[in-house]
Amino acid sequence: MAEPIVELQSVYKSYYRGQLEIPVLYNINLTFTEGQFVALMGPSGSGKTTLLNLIAGIDRPSDGRLVVAGQDISRLSEGDMARWRANHIGFIFQFYNLMPVLNAFENVELPLLLTRLSRSERRRQVETALGIVGLGDRMGHYPNQLSGGQEQRVAIARAIVTDPTLLLADEPTGDLDRHSADSIMDLLSRLNNEFGKTIIMVTHDPRAAEAARTVQHLEKGELVSS
Amino acid sequence: MRLLKIIYRNTLRHWLRTSLTVLGLAIAVVAFIVIRTTIDAWYAQSEAASPDRLITRHAVSLTFFLPLAYENRIQDVEGVKAVSHATWFGGVYVEPKNFFANFAIDHTKYLDLYPEFVLEPAERDAFMQERNAAIVGRNLADRFGWQVGDRITLTGTIFPGDWELVIRGIYTGAKENTDESTMMFRWDYIDERLRREVPARAGYVGTFVVQVDDPQEAAVVSEKIDALFQNSLAETKTETEEAFNLSFVAMAGSIVLGLKAISILVIGIFMLVLGNTMAMTARERVSEYAVMKTLGFRPLHIVGLIFGESLFIAALGGALGIALSFPLGGLVKTMLSNFFPVYTIAFWTVVFAGLIAFVVGLLAAVFPTVKAVRTSIVDGLRIID
Ligand SMILES: Nc1ncnc2c1ncn2[C@@H]1O[C@H](COP(=O)(O)OP(=O)(O)OP(=O)(O)O)[C@@H](O)[C@H]1O
Ligand SMILES: [Mg+2]
Repeated sequence: MAEPIVELQSVYKSYYRGQLEIPVLYNINLTFTEGQFVALMGPSGSGKTTLLNLIAGIDRPSDGRLVVAGQDISRLSEGDMARWRANHIGFIFQFYNLMPVLNAFENVELPLLLTRLSRSERRRQVETALGIVGLGDRMGHYPNQLSGGQEQRVAIARAIVTDPTLLLADEPTGDLDRHSADSIMDLLSRLNNEFGKTIIMVTHDPRAAEAARTVQHLEKGELVSS
Repeated sequence: MRLLKIIYRNTLRHWLRTSLTVLGLAIAVVAFIVIRTTIDAWYAQSEAASPDRLITRHAVSLTFFLPLAYENRIQDVEGVKAVSHATWFGGVYVEPKNFFANFAIDHTKYLDLYPEFVLEPAERDAFMQERNAAIVGRNLADRFGWQVGDRITLTGTIFPGDWELVIRGIYTGAKENTDESTMMFRWDYIDERLRREVPARAGYVGTFVVQVDDPQEAAVVSEKIDALFQNSLAETKTETEEAFNLSFVAMAGSIVLGLKAISILVIGIFMLVLGNTMAMTARERVSEYAVMKTLGFRPLHIVGLIFGESLFIAALGGALGIALSFPLGGLVKTMLSNFFPVYTIAFWTVVFAGLIAFVVGLLAAVFPTVKAVRTSIVDGLRIID
């Protein structure tokens, strides 16, 4: 049996708008194991991003238990949470969110600045990551000199460069044309197949979901079995 | 720190905005330095005073004169080393806008009491020998292109008529803050003509200059001198030369106060310019900071980024302002040389301006930093640019 890598028990999440409590996730129980490639699907507003953010440790549950990469992250302090994210999470955003003032190399290097790696070790890892995403020849390009698909590849390289326990992606192809979207999905599949990366991906796109081996549906804040 | 590159690039990201901000800061710094230096110049006149010199004048007002006969009585006061006199003449050269200070002095002793006015021995001899001889400061001579031997005419305001003078010497200042824009000529030349034309006004002087044996005794000697003439027709007021000079500054006190207020206002403008730029900057980068936090960067890193950028811009503005203030101060110096014989940007003014730039750089970063650190990652990411 593969190790459980994400475990949610009775997770509840609500936001407050003034006095008004807006429940977003109800009684979520789920387990993902190492090496899984999961697609989280569901209508807009069903709470997919919220769930992903909880797993990523960038948001906190209102109630329930959340064990990710062997750590009960609902109990960590802000500082410990940041360190934990740096070690275990690679996050891929819908809009790439690269730093516009840094070129591809520097963007990928960014998370490594938090490590003790030497300059040459960092260089080697960045080159490896950019090689995997197929952008070894674009290292000096700035985000505004890259296509959307290329930007997302850089973002993926940034997410994998620290070799995190878990790759999380929120609609990684949501802003791309069909062709670019397909090649990004191929890339994620390869990361899962060849490199054994555990991936949890939010998506609206049925074709993207095909690439995943597990699909979870969310509806109005609740998991529905499919 | 490895984030220096990001700070540097962020600063240059909107180069036009950054340039305008830096320029705005530089102008504020120049204004601050020039205003401070002007205030200093105002006080410099009193600081040039010698501690062993007292000035005795009419107790009522400077516009009243004292009998020359007082000189001997002051000389007899215990603790007095030497006495001389000087009278504000108020002569106009060609037209009133050519204003400069001109005094009728006691040619026999006055220059001995003012060793900071340096004159060639030959020029001094010439001054002693010729009744209508005049000596002028280097600055003043340069201003009108005067040379030794030139004849000039002053039109009297306090002493009516045209007064023919011949320049017999050009003095230089022994110290940096010595006034080099004054004209001095002989009191006996004036007095002789008054004796003929308006005898009632002859034999009077404006102020006595008293040199004391011991500067520590200045207060005591002053009291003794004033006691001497108590209840007489012309009572006196004696004070140190510095206090005397300061009373002129005090006359312009409200102007100085105004200048000080403006210099503080200028710091406020500095603050607003940079604060506004930093607030705009931080607002634009909310999602970038959220991404960095997602990657594991901690609040302290964000603090470093924003403070670094603010301090960098403040440093650029401060440095440019300080660099510009020297040529600009030089320009002001030439323009105001009639009013301020000494106009030098003080080292401490520059240090102070630099310090203000630094502190404002810190302050301008506080609000955007608090905002950036307080914004949760989730909220920061929800803002799509
Ligand atoms: N920070 C927040 N404050 C208040 N309400 C929020 C916040 N974040 C999310 N919500 C609400 O929670 C619900 C779920 O949002 P979420 O972003 O998780 O949906 P989603 O499934 O990702 O939708 P989409 O497919 O449109 O991205 C929505 O109704 C949203 O308005
Ligand atoms: Mg979403």
